[in-house]
Parts: sequence; C-alpha cells; structure tokens
Amino acid sequence: MTSADAASSDHSGALAHVVPWRLLAGVWATLVFLTVVTVAITWVDLGRLNLVAALLIATIKASLVLLYFMHLRWDRPFNAVIFVATLCFAALFITLALLDTTTYQPDLIPGYAPAIKP
Amino acid sequence: MGTPAEHLHDPHLQHHFSDRRQQLEAFKLGMWIFLGTEVLLFSGLFCAYAVYRASHPEVFIYAHRFLDKTMGGVNTLVLIFSSFTMAWAVRAAQIGAQRALRRLLGITLACGFVFLGIKGVEYQHKWKEGLLWGTRYVPQEHAAPAQTDHEAAAELGAPAAPVVPRNVHLFFGIYFVMTGLHGLHVIAGMAVLAWLLLRARRGDFGASYFTPVDLGGLYWHLVDLIWIYLFPLLYLIH
Repeated sequence: MTSADAASSDHSGALAHVVPWRLLAGVWATLVFLTVVTVAITWVDLGRLNLVAALLIATIKASLVLLYFMHLRWDRPFNAVIFVATLCFAALFITLALLDTTTYQPDLIPGYAPAIKP
Repeated sequence: MGTPAEHLHDPHLQHHFSDRRQQLEAFKLGMWIFLGTEVLLFSGLFCAYAVYRASHPEVFIYAHRFLDKTMGGVNTLVLIFSSFTMAWAVRAAQIGAQRALRRLLGITLACGFVFLGIKGVEYQHKWKEGLLWGTRYVPQEHAAPAQTDHEAAAELGAPAAPVVPRNVHLFFGIYFVMTGLHGLHVIAGMAVLAWLLLRARRGDFGASYFTPVDLGGLYWHLVDLIWIYLFPLLYLIH
C-alpha cells in the first residue's frame, strides 16, 4: 500500500482499522452457539456425514476467528493468501496420504483388516 | 504522520520502513508466515490422525469414549472466550484504553491457566486408569469410559458388549502427542501474554504503538484455532 493510499483511507490518523466491540461480541456469541451445535450434532446419527458435519462447523468457527478476531477481513489480502495457501498444502499432504491408506489397508497386514469399513 | 521531521523523531519507526503503517503491515506479514509454519507443524499430526483413523476406525470409536466430552467442551468455550478477550485487548490498545488493556490481557492469561488446569485433570485421570501411549497402555480394570457401554455398542452396531479392538494404545498415543503439543503452545502463548501484561503495566502500549499486542494476539488466536479442530476430532467421534 503506497503512502497515498494510506493517507486517503486514513481519516483519523489511526495506524490500523479498529474492530467495533459489538462485532467482536457478536462473533464470540456465534462461536459459542456453533460449539453447542457441534456437541449437539453428535447425538444425531448421520453415519459418515457426522465427520463431515463436525469438520464443516469447525471450519466455519475457524473462519470467524480468522476473519474477525485475527483481522483478516480488513488486512491486506496477502496475509489471507499465506494462510489459505498453507491450508492447501496441508490438504494436499493429508489427501495424498489418505489415498494411499484406504486403497491398501484391508490387505496390508494379514488378519488385521479394519473392523469397520472406513 | 508523514512528514520527514516526524519520521526522524518517531521512536517506533525503524529506518528501513517508509512509514509506520507499512512497518506494521510488514510485521504482520512476518507473523502470518510464522503462523503458516505452525499450521504445517500440526498438519503432520493431523495427517497421522487421518491415516490411523482411516485405517482402523474401530480403535477410535472404541477409545474416544474414555475422553470426557464435558471437560473438552468447557475447554473449547474457555479458549473461545479467551480469543474474544484477546481481540478486545488489541482494540483497547489501539484506542489507548490502558486499564481495559491490562484487565483483558489478565483475563486472557487466566483463561490459559483454566485450560491447562482442566487438561491437567484429564491427564491425571488417564494416568490413574493406565490409559497412556504405546507400551504404557495398561488399562486398569476400573477404567470407566465416559460413555456407557450401551451407547458404545450402538455406535459399533453390535448388540452385545463392545469388542475391545487391538492397538487401542494408538489412539492414546495420538491423543497425548496432539493435545500435548497444543498444550506446549498454550504455555508459550501464556508466556507471551505475561510479557505483554508486564509491558502494558509499564504503559508501553497505546494508539501509536500496539504492535506486540497485535502480533501476540494473532499467536493466541492460532492456539484457539488448533483446539477448534482438535476438540471434534478427538472427543466427538461418532
């Protein structure tokens, strides 16, 4: 960001955007609610979707923390690019490992196939 | 806040930056890169979790019952609340609210103690009941899972008492390493918070300089982020 940009968006001389308190409180309340949902949903049997649902809710919570508590919503986009790229590499890592695992696991160790189909 | 004279006299502006705003953005960028490396660190453990759970889900379904959902849930709420007070503390520093800043940093630090305390209680239970890692996994007869056998049997789809799968120690190995490494990060975060609190009491922070609070806050939020994923993956397996 050039000094000219800084000057034009900088009305109060503040170094950075200050998050309104109500927004912080609202995000916190939403996070608490989503935590309750995460626990409550374990009493509903969705089969394999339970894991998907748990991870989905966790990702929504994580997004709220990243965007509002960690200020990514108002930061330079490159900070978010760094974080998302990190997640992409981690996803690549875990996906490739899992592809290998689920293909061979039933036959890998004689007599020790998974008791439940993964 | 842009004239050369101000630059020369601003004690917080390092000379290789053109102005304070650019400096703050550069510091934040460096912090985000560090947070990226922390995520990659934990991703190795999450990969181990994923591979073991995909290979032998029966181990996870059986063993997770020994974890106390309530304690895990309370810990989640404690960390989420501490993230709220941390973000609020950054705001307080930015607007120069000194007393609020000190109080909020103190509350965030206290939440860290509560989290570790609950974790300590959980670990102690595991120790007493022999539910440890690797060859130290020696389940005591009186080890009572947090869930009843009936619920567990329903999960496994078996009508009778649940069959104890082989290699249950794998779950506890993963549990202790993941929550242990996370706990070490909480301790490190608490050390940072204590230092920030010390500096805040000295009056170091205000509207013109709040960078350490901002960056320390980012680290604390990351600790919360990791727990947000650890909780459902370890405690809430269906």
